Amino acid sequence: MLRFAARRLASLLLTLVAASFLVFAVTEFSPSNVARKTLGPFALQNQVDILYEKLGLSDPLLVRYTRWAGVLLGLKADPLQDPALNLNFKDPRGDKYFGNFGYSTLYKAPVNDVIWSRLGATATLAGIAFAIIVPLSLALGVLAGMREGSALDRTISVFGIVSTSIPEFASGVFLVAIFVVVLGWLPGTSPLDPGSGWPIWSQLVLPVAVLVLYDAGYVVRMVRGSMAEVMNKGYVRTAFLKGLPMRTVVMRHALRNAMIAPFTVILLQINFLISGVVVTEMVFAYPGFGRMILDASLFGDIALIEAATLIALTIAIATQLVSDIGYALLNPQISLK
Amino acid sequence: MSAATDKASTAVAAVPRKAPGLLRRLPTSRVAMVGLALILVWVVLALLAPFLPLDPPNKQDLMALANPLPSAKHWLGTDFKGRDILSRLIWGARTVLTVAPAAALCAYVVGCPLGLAAGYFGGWVDTVISRASDIILSFPIIILYVILIANIGPSVLNIVLAVTLTAAPGIARIVRGLTIEQRHLDYVAAAQLRRESALWIMFVELLPNCRGPLITDFCLRVGYTIITIGILGFLGLGLPPPDPDWGTMVKEGTAMISVRPHMSLFPAMAIVSLILGFNLLADGVRELSLRE
Repeated sequence: MLRFAARRLASLLLTLVAASFLVFAVTEFSPSNVARKTLGPFALQNQVDILYEKLGLSDPLLVRYTRWAGVLLGLKADPLQDPALNLNFKDPRGDKYFGNFGYSTLYKAPVNDVIWSRLGATATLAGIAFAIIVPLSLALGVLAGMREGSALDRTISVFGIVSTSIPEFASGVFLVAIFVVVLGWLPGTSPLDPGSGWPIWSQLVLPVAVLVLYDAGYVVRMVRGSMAEVMNKGYVRTAFLKGLPMRTVVMRHALRNAMIAPFTVILLQINFLISGVVVTEMVFAYPGFGRMILDASLFGDIALIEAATLIALTIAIATQLVSDIGYALLNPQISLK
Repeated sequence: MSAATDKASTAVAAVPRKAPGLLRRLPTSRVAMVGLALILVWVVLALLAPFLPLDPPNKQDLMALANPLPSAKHWLGTDFKGRDILSRLIWGARTVLTVAPAAALCAYVVGCPLGLAAGYFGGWVDTVISRASDIILSFPIIILYVILIANIGPSVLNIVLAVTLTAAPGIARIVRGLTIEQRHLDYVAAAQLRRESALWIMFVELLPNCRGPLITDFCLRVGYTIITIGILGFLGLGLPPPDPDWGTMVKEGTAMISVRPHMSLFPAMAIVSLILGFNLLADGVRELSLRE
């Protein structure tokens, strides 16, 4: 088990290195350059050229990548904070520390000042959605899979297919049209600002609903499939033949085995929620991580894009690891090598 | 990776190898037929677009700006520039219905050989291909799209490229799994005994025997690509204006949703109906191949 975890951690690190290099390489296609972004549109061309030289932006890709990695690991000082450049970029944490993601040219602030509060806002949104998705889809999935082919099963399955066919931006439009435009019960935007006239909780209702609608349908179908499979197993039939009531068979015999497969699916939803929030945050002008990534990509803020990608990847891969270990604990047939 | 691959891989786990006459049995599945009908409505409308009595999709009716609501002249109303929404939806369907299947097909052209090679040869070939796939698959997918398209610019070709890059590893993983299942079966051993080349065995012997799960996956993937194209349009990374793009239409409509909800509702419904079509078709096909 320990060896397994250690090997997976090593592969996590390797993936992070490869992925961050990939992102670095992709941003090469963008014609804009960091020096121009840093100084703004009104700087003279020769000022831009001087900064371009001083930052070593004409160096080969690999050299710049190792420099960025050096700053991140705290081995090198952030070149943008060099007082000789007169840029007045200051990070209260100093210019050389582990986890230094550099300076965001979009927000004109250290990445570490920008990114964590937004990640917190997104975690709130995704956390509430996750807390609703899991019990809701487990209950619906078990109810549907318990009696395969029943009217309840068919209704829930149709709901599952329809809800996975409505992308977040479309369900956002539908929900806003109903609850904001027609009924006027909820706010159409969620800036998380109590001064906007709506309490914070009411601003969270629609974004959470959009995430839950799209995601729950999919998890419900997975749970249903797994439950239906278990209900057809011999030992469940034996339990019925013994004369046990439905309730006992489901709760005592079927449920635990039916939860093994969906467990992985449910944890992978965390990765999926990270994607889902980008769109949801756009629909509701929510001040979160996803919208920040979009803004950073459109602006060409490489430091911020890299930081966001690394954080998103770490969350994604860590949940995969947890799901693998949990899967092995739930299912004694699997052993981790 | 998000829903698309997960759905596909569970489909794979359950589906048996051979699915003879899948197409002929399609009419027996009501779910598949409803899905197919939804898709065909859009295909026919898209094909007939030049012959239908529609306003040109980019023509601005300035009189309609005062009253953009649905009317006898504009059945679904007009958008914020006075352009006929029905016409833009039908012309936009032409783009979606070519770009999404083309992108999914490109992903298959790249993903299938990689998966076949990884599954058939095993060893270091498998390790290299699987590791490289894992890296791309561990990205939250939308983030990868946004970074890619924001940097290489939105165009039909670039969207196809982005979908290929992000979807091919998932396809490779599925094909690899199917190949490993089949590799030790007698018909492969017989082919090897006949001294058939590895390429021939992979593409002519193995690949056709994997088609059941792959057809299901293809339908789901086209549906998911439509979502992706819609999302990119909605995020402002859609196909360049002024030509109609469903996602962009939704985005432009949301700015006026409190006064003119029809401007975003109709495009959103169009997208949902088409995605629903592909998802229902995929579900029907999967059930048919499960029944064997």
